[in-house]
Amino acid sequence: MSKAHLLSGEIESRQVAMQVRRSSRTEHQSHLMESVIAVEQPERVRADQDYSKLGTIRELWDYRELFYFLAWRDMKVRYKQTVLGVLWAIIQPVFTMVIFTVVFGHMANISSEGVPRPIFYFSALLPWIYFSSTLNSAGLSLVSNSGLLTKIYFPRIILPAAAALGGLVDFLIGSVLLVGFIIYYDLRVGWNLLLWPALLVPLVLLAFSLGSFLAALNVKYRDVKYAIPFGIQLLLFMTPIIYPSSVFPERFQWLLALNPLSGLIEAFRYALVPSYKVHWDVLALSLAVTAGLFVFAMVYFKRTEKAFADIV
Amino acid sequence: MTRCIEIQALSKKYRIGKLQYDMSLREQLVEFAKDPFKRHGREDDTIWALRDVSFQADVGEVVGIIGRNGAGKSTLLKILSKITYPTSGSVRVRGRIASLLEVGTGFHDELTGRENVYLNGSILGMRKREVDKHFDAIVDFSGVEQFIDTPIKRYSSGMRLRLGFAVAAHLDPDVLIVDEVLAVGDAGFQKKCINAMDGLRSSGRTVFFVSHNLAAVENLCSRGLWIDSGRIRMDAPAKEVIVSYMGSFAGDQPEGSELSETQDRLGSGEIRYTRMEYLNPDGTPCALVRSGEAVVLRFHYHAEKTIRDPGFGFRLFSDMGTLITETSHRLNGILIPKVEPGDGYIDVEIDSLNVVPGQYQFSLWITGAGGAPVYDGDVRARLEVAVTDVYKSGRMLDSRHGLVYFPQRWTVAHA
Repeated sequence: MSKAHLLSGEIESRQVAMQVRRSSRTEHQSHLMESVIAVEQPERVRADQDYSKLGTIRELWDYRELFYFLAWRDMKVRYKQTVLGVLWAIIQPVFTMVIFTVVFGHMANISSEGVPRPIFYFSALLPWIYFSSTLNSAGLSLVSNSGLLTKIYFPRIILPAAAALGGLVDFLIGSVLLVGFIIYYDLRVGWNLLLWPALLVPLVLLAFSLGSFLAALNVKYRDVKYAIPFGIQLLLFMTPIIYPSSVFPERFQWLLALNPLSGLIEAFRYALVPSYKVHWDVLALSLAVTAGLFVFAMVYFKRTEKAFADIV
Repeated sequence: MTRCIEIQALSKKYRIGKLQYDMSLREQLVEFAKDPFKRHGREDDTIWALRDVSFQADVGEVVGIIGRNGAGKSTLLKILSKITYPTSGSVRVRGRIASLLEVGTGFHDELTGRENVYLNGSILGMRKREVDKHFDAIVDFSGVEQFIDTPIKRYSSGMRLRLGFAVAAHLDPDVLIVDEVLAVGDAGFQKKCINAMDGLRSSGRTVFFVSHNLAAVENLCSRGLWIDSGRIRMDAPAKEVIVSYMGSFAGDQPEGSELSETQDRLGSGEIRYTRMEYLNPDGTPCALVRSGEAVVLRFHYHAEKTIRDPGFGFRLFSDMGTLITETSHRLNGILIPKVEPGDGYIDVEIDSLNVVPGQYQFSLWITGAGGAPVYDGDVRARLEVAVTDVYKSGRMLDSRHGLVYFPQRWTVAHA
């Protein structure tokens, strides 16, 4: 008797809950305009579908919140259950800088072109750490989120893009530290300091492009997972980070320029030290290579993304 | 009625087994260098998960998709949700789609319940302000408010499920695609799921629903789509489709069971069950045993010698091993003085099989007078009871309604 009574009470409360939901929809009507728009332009999934560029960009805009949330998740998770938390964003470049200064600067006596060694290394390490960690996290982003890929639709490019966005926080924290360096070393920075944030655009683009390409490749060939750390290690020595590009003879500069990171890293140094010698033609080539990589990576990603859920 | 989904000649091919690993990495790199965008792979080792599937659905339809494992149901849902792409054919969908192929997709262990509500909501296609607006209701629905700021790695699996479902229940799509979420969770959870989907239905949303829970399909869906080996085998009102679908299982339960070879049986063996049959009241073989209908159980036996005063009986167990009933002819006041050597059978007529649809097991026995000696015992035979509308109300029974039902009449009087 009492049980039956309880049950009917339960049902009533559920019905009330349903009614509340229904009425909330009607008062919601105004913001439902977006689905009304969608009604006029039916969404299609076709085997032979060729997305128009405009459609893709509009779709990315529709999914911007998911993009922020995924980047936010990556950041949140990165330092969860760590004692030092966000301090890691500072410890990593600072300690590396100290070691580089001692080992490469004082012991190996590699030239820093007259730039105070801590500045010389730190200004290159911040973009380098951003690049290498983004390459790694973006490159693994599709496979490590396979649960999402196989259960829900969203533009897949959001995953490597969110990884590229999430890494920026560490870069920004490091950049704040840089202000301290500028004051301590009494650097006469001028308008060239504006290059520091401006160079971030090609840097992010480069890391994102390469990361998306590797991510797409990693879905099919898991070799990529092992190749990335290895490649990063090699790249550290093939990029003017522990040495200035001037150690190369003039006629071999172009070789260095093929690595788009070279021109960028040197330009980051220039942003802090106006007297630092930059090969503008090398930077221009770096930017061109970056743009080329971006186009290649996006086309490759687009061509392969339809199969991600089937093979991941 | 406005057309909501149009699917034309949809086919999906999967490559099975090895994925062109017969090519060495070196060869692949050479191939890749020649043409990075070329699709590699051969035509063999492929399987058609879907073949030439076409159908339309209107706004407000609730379509239940049924079929055996591997028939292509999930592939169809994945194509509808744009997760995977068809090999050929096209899909047109009007309106906002939300797919719920799993409860709590994208939940991250390290994040708190609150953070996961936002993340999961965003993954399912809700805007942040929508989540803000429904947040209290979501937490309330989930019943985990105490732990909302605890990382969900400390949650029990039930709590996770409830939280995930609470978010999903506040989705407001035009088209909802649901896959087998009812397979998880306890009865209360399932009831909540069904109520929420019922709410969507009554507010005119289009729902695609895959489930092995045929009673739920029957209750919720106006239309049934039976997919068999990648093709649509039947597209009709849900109830008709379910009846035909259940009928197709008849081959799996060939009107009875051979018992001669049964292992692990007890008893001394002077008399043994050899076969069990399900018959219709008119004596024809019964291909489909239905809940609430008449059935005749025919037990065939073989006696080695004359058995005096034997007792035949059986127990009926649920698939969870609960004893539902034990009965015998003695219990019915029928005595069998003796059984001659050779073969024979015993019929048990049941006017109304009062168990809910599901899987059951018989355990048959033959004993002497007073329960000893045991001649034959614990002979297992399977019984599958199919869905029928026992209450003639259009509502189907399933395991959520218990094990048995009583034929009944309800009268409402105003005092």
